[in-house]
Amino acid sequence: MKLYCLSGHPTLPCNVLKFKSTTIMLDCGLDMTSTLNFLPLPLVQSPRLSNLPGWSLKDGNAFLDKTELIDLSTVDVILISNYHCMMALPYITEHTGFTGTVYATEPTVQIGRLLMEELVNFIERVPKAQSASLWKNKDIQRLLPSPLKDAVEVSTWRRCYTMQEVNSALSKIQLVGYSQKIELFGAVQVTPLSSGYALGSSNWIIQSHYEKVSYVSGSSLLTTHPQPMDQASLKNSDVLVLTGLTQIPTANPDGMVGEFCSNLALTVRNGGNVLVPCYPSGVIYDLLECLYQYIDSAGLSNIPFYFISPVANSSLEFSQIFAEWLCHNKQTKVYLPEPPFPHAELIQTNKLRHYPSIHGDFSNDFRQPCVVFTGHPSLRFGDVVHFMELWGKSSLNTVIFTEPDFSYLEALAPYQPLAMKCIYCPIDTRLNFIQVSKLLKEVQPLHVVCPEQYTQPPPAQSHRMDLMIDCQPPAMSYRRAEVLALPFKRLFEKIEIMPELADSLVPMEIKPGISLATVSAVLHTKDNKHVLQPPPRPAPPTSGKKRKRASEDIPDCKVLKPLLSGSIPVEQFVQTLEKHGFSDVKVEDTAKGHIVLLQEAETLIQIEEDSTHIICDNDEMLRVRLRDLVLKFLQKF
Amino acid sequence: MDPECSQLLPALCAVLADPRQPVADDTCLEKLLDWFKTITEAGSSLQLLQENPCLVELLCHVLKPQGLSARVLSFSLRLAGVFAAQESCFQYLQQAELLPGLFGEAGPLGQAAWSAPTVRSGWIQGLRSLAQHPSALPFLADCGTLDTIFSLQGDSSLFVASAAGQLLVHILGLSLQGPAEGPPSPQACDWPVCAQKIVGHIEGSLRSMATPQVTQALNVLTTTFGHCHGPWMQVLWERLSPLVACLLQEDPLPAAHSLVDLLLSVARSPVLSSSDCGLWETLAQTLRRLSPAQAGPLALGILKLQDCPQALRAQAFGVLLQPLACVLTAADQAPGPPGLPEGTTGDSVTVDTLLSSKSACAGLLCQTLAHLELLQPLPQRPSPWPQAPLLGAAVTILRFCNGSAAPASDVGGRLCAILAGCVRVQRAALDFLGALAQETGPQELVTQVSAVLLEYLRSPDSSPTVLKKAFQATLRWLLSSPRAPGCCDLDPDTQLFLRELLPVLRKRLCSPCWEVRDSGLEFLTQVTRHWGGQAGFRHALLASEVPELAEQLLRDPESYVRASAVTAVGQLSSQGLHATAASPEQLGGQKESLLAELLHVLSTDSEGFPRRAAMQVFTEWLRDRHADVAEDTERFVARVLQAASRDLDWEVRAQGLELALVFLAQTLGQPSARCPYAVAAPQATPPGPLAQALRALSRVRLFEFAFRALFDCDRPVAQKSCDLLLFLRAQATPSGGLQEAEGSPDVPEAVLAVLRSLDLEGLRGALAESSDHVEKSPQSLLQDMLATVGVRGENQADCY
Repeated sequence: MKLYCLSGHPTLPCNVLKFKSTTIMLDCGLDMTSTLNFLPLPLVQSPRLSNLPGWSLKDGNAFLDKTELIDLSTVDVILISNYHCMMALPYITEHTGFTGTVYATEPTVQIGRLLMEELVNFIERVPKAQSASLWKNKDIQRLLPSPLKDAVEVSTWRRCYTMQEVNSALSKIQLVGYSQKIELFGAVQVTPLSSGYALGSSNWIIQSHYEKVSYVSGSSLLTTHPQPMDQASLKNSDVLVLTGLTQIPTANPDGMVGEFCSNLALTVRNGGNVLVPCYPSGVIYDLLECLYQYIDSAGLSNIPFYFISPVANSSLEFSQIFAEWLCHNKQTKVYLPEPPFPHAELIQTNKLRHYPSIHGDFSNDFRQPCVVFTGHPSLRFGDVVHFMELWGKSSLNTVIFTEPDFSYLEALAPYQPLAMKCIYCPIDTRLNFIQVSKLLKEVQPLHVVCPEQYTQPPPAQSHRMDLMIDCQPPAMSYRRAEVLALPFKRLFEKIEIMPELADSLVPMEIKPGISLATVSAVLHTKDNKHVLQPPPRPAPPTSGKKRKRASEDIPDCKVLKPLLSGSIPVEQFVQTLEKHGFSDVKVEDTAKGHIVLLQEAETLIQIEEDSTHIICDNDEMLRVRLRDLVLKFLQKF
Repeated sequence: MDPECSQLLPALCAVLADPRQPVADDTCLEKLLDWFKTITEAGSSLQLLQENPCLVELLCHVLKPQGLSARVLSFSLRLAGVFAAQESCFQYLQQAELLPGLFGEAGPLGQAAWSAPTVRSGWIQGLRSLAQHPSALPFLADCGTLDTIFSLQGDSSLFVASAAGQLLVHILGLSLQGPAEGPPSPQACDWPVCAQKIVGHIEGSLRSMATPQVTQALNVLTTTFGHCHGPWMQVLWERLSPLVACLLQEDPLPAAHSLVDLLLSVARSPVLSSSDCGLWETLAQTLRRLSPAQAGPLALGILKLQDCPQALRAQAFGVLLQPLACVLTAADQAPGPPGLPEGTTGDSVTVDTLLSSKSACAGLLCQTLAHLELLQPLPQRPSPWPQAPLLGAAVTILRFCNGSAAPASDVGGRLCAILAGCVRVQRAALDFLGALAQETGPQELVTQVSAVLLEYLRSPDSSPTVLKKAFQATLRWLLSSPRAPGCCDLDPDTQLFLRELLPVLRKRLCSPCWEVRDSGLEFLTQVTRHWGGQAGFRHALLASEVPELAEQLLRDPESYVRASAVTAVGQLSSQGLHATAASPEQLGGQKESLLAELLHVLSTDSEGFPRRAAMQVFTEWLRDRHADVAEDTERFVARVLQAASRDLDWEVRAQGLELALVFLAQTLGQPSARCPYAVAAPQATPPGPLAQALRALSRVRLFEFAFRALFDCDRPVAQKSCDLLLFLRAQATPSGGLQEAEGSPDVPEAVLAVLRSLDLEGLRGALAESSDHVEKSPQSLLQDMLATVGVRGENQADCY
């Protein structure tokens, strides 16, 4: 059993598991941090950005971080754990010869589609006049300024996919529900479990009859909107692959939400605007819910909240229809009937308004001071670029970073100097290390496998020994482009016995509670299922020729020697020998058993746990006599 | 006993003795017992029994096995004990064979009823009552009673077990103080039988080394040394201390907590502490022997002792400081933390405890911090007090908890991992840090204190309870900060600190968590109360947005926050720091608006807390003659009283009376109660102004308010109103000013007439009585009990 690790990013994992005869890809996250090397794509021509010297408006901006560690066309299935971890799907399904199936839950697919749609839209609506790729040549790259010249494997950076590719990729997905058991080629069974992190987010169990691998990706134990995490089903795993822990282990989400609200209120109160770069789904639902409760107490009832994204409307509406994927509290609301999320009321009362982009209606309705939620969190494309340009010059305004995926300082780099206040409140509800250690105590896997980043404290806080996985035996770590042999051996395979064959067996009890029977059968293997069938009856002996042919077809069933079991009590054996006239019996103890010496006959009998040898000099009579004496002590069947 | 009760008693006794008529209400029996206690304390029990033979009959009845209810059985046992407390009555009951029957093997002890804890408890309490005179001792020693008490020490009911221990202590004290002929001989054979048996039992228990037995024995001894006095105590300790010392050799140490209690009890006992008896050595040995968590309470106890050898105190202080020394060592690379008493270095046992588990670490640190916090203000605390290292330790612990410490060692790293985010330790350390503000420290450390407090106040990860503690500690440090020499304003460091603090406070007032907003407002109120007059503070506060935010929180959805906001805004306004005071052009209109706003709160807020807070603010404003109030005091008082009189919350109405009293005092003169030791009698208000004053009171409708309150359904309001009217009458009548006012018969005159005609003193007396005083006679008790018998089950719920 092997694990191929294709991503070095612990929260955007991409691993391939070879288990029995199947090749299973676990997630395909798209690491977009390399966008930070590019200049922002402005919606409106920005004299400032276009007048920057040097390497402006360069290339396409999609970036696939993969190596040719494994032929991706051999992947049988892809299991997706949440919508953030499927963003690279078109690259894999469309250009690698992939012919398998992708499994994901319905909300994952729908929201994943929205995220991809938004990404494609952001990139495509600002087409570039020229595109450069010569710089990717290693010799030129060397001459570029840092950090570009240090970027690794820029040749693998890709253009963003198109909507066609997205549609084609998504058409390969098969929808699954929590706890649904999916058979893969009869060899293994995979099951998604609720992971509590996002709408439809899942952990996966991959099991055969005797082995169980759990794949834990972005999971959360906090009470936010999704269904709570299913921990119990992860118990008794041989291997637990643990990825997608919180990226900011020192920030507690509750505190950060508080920080977010306080800073938002302070800015707006002073007449400033608040910009929240965010994804169109996920934490934004929780933020809106917090604000819903908070705005009255903070006297913000008259401040407009704008949510700008090509998919804003769909995102807000989708969240309301996936009731079965929500936490219990929200599910019960549906029966009242009420919308599960309070942002419905914010929209109804006109406090929250959503627009596909800054063009069109938005420009008519726009009123300041206000709060704007928009993408993309990298600040390199999307409507956020416009607001950064618009509001960056005033110290009254604030940009509040809530998404933890990008370094906010790097994201801000092209906008410097900036007068706007910047607040960093990363809200990451995924498991922290305390929760992980509780989880591991609870589910007790035999082995834990995780990215190497989790086995040591973060580099910036090397003294925080609490910020790493602490388990026994120590977790096995992997890094990008590594192949890991998972530490367990498959010992057993399940074989079924046909009923008529089972009927013919005559078990014999050899010990109380243990019976044995010999089986003669034909092992039939198909679709990774093994069945013992009765051997074909020997054909009736009609003619000599036919018999001959028949004997060719069927292996000769020789008269079977009986099977022996039991052990030989040495003292009694010696007594028996003496009774039968062997007088000079000597016993020697060896490491594995005993040697009984018959000195006169120059014979020795070697008795070990699983074998007995009679060594005598060409005296077959004596050997047979001794053999029969030995057999007296053993059971036959 | 009065004849009416005597008449009722036989019927009641018959009811009690009748198992078919169960008594429904336990409290009646308790009241009955109390009543008998008062009777027997006042007169002869013997006579009582002779005059009321039904009582003896009741006790005799108990002896018959006929299924009396457990509560009547228990009652009878206790009643017998109450009677037998007098020696004559004891003899009488002895002769009637009643006592052995009740308390001996033949009594409830051998019956099924014994399984009820209340019967066992009644048995013990009966014995406890009767063991008052030496003649009871042979009775206790003879009929195996002591053995039963010994076994009851391990009773399944904690109440019974504890009462059994107390009883043993009592009997021991009674038997040893009897022959008051100097100290008893150390030889056991010379001691009274009871004492011999009890001490023998204690010795046996101590020798058994089994934790439950040892605990029982130690508890009995602890109580003995805590409550009994006399020369025999010393003899007792001399006899038992070797056994106690033997316990220290055991591993694991049985009943360590009880042992600590005993040793401290012995050390506090005046008889012993003067003559050493090897006690100090035992204490020193115990300190060495106990685990760090067990040794803490003992060390604190030793340090609290008035006179104990300096060496032992030093050792105890060392033990107490151990965990902090470990923390300091873990954070510093230096071999030993500077400034701690010599020999206080983190030892390996303490380090192991700290690193063993999160709960052990948090427990030990919290305990240590709490102990030191208790010790800090005491006069007998160790001197010199290591203020600097303690400050350092508190800061370091807080740094470990928020992950900002850079541990130098492996121990430090593990400590950091254990303590990171530990709210319990954070709270304890902040409390301790606040307590340390009583004294200052080296400037460098004070700077660190300010920095760590700011870190906590700023950190989004601080939980609301931690933040509250951080605010409290900050307040204590701020108020203790030194003033710049030769100037009454704040020193530059404090100014700087304030400049950083106020933005944090501003942010906290916007927190989505109401507890945080609440603690922020409380902090603001406190700091303004103390520093409202400091120019530096005023300047910084007005420049911040804090006053505006505080006013905004008057409309908070959470009532506690609204209440705190009312108090804070009231305080700010008193000090002229109200949000809009800064802009002169809006002065008039805005000022009125705050008063109006608070009046609005008072008359419309749906919760009591904000309304109470508003009343308090108004009272304070009136008392301090706040500018807004002074503009038109009468109108102000009238509006407030009108709102308060309609309020459903009695505390608001009571506070209204408080405000009325302040107004009264300002109009008529100080209430005499304010200066009870004044040489001259309070000056009566001159007649002319008196009439004017009364008319003013009438204009604000104070009389209506007070008279209505006089008959308020809530007693405290009526009491307060009564006091107010009494004061008013005293002020208005003495010099015959009423005659003067006769010329113009108007409202004041009528009011004073009413005041004169009311029996206010009588009313005050009646109000001072508890609510059931009318129904509290023994006769009514007996009648009630008789009346409830037989109707049980019909109106059980109607007891009150």
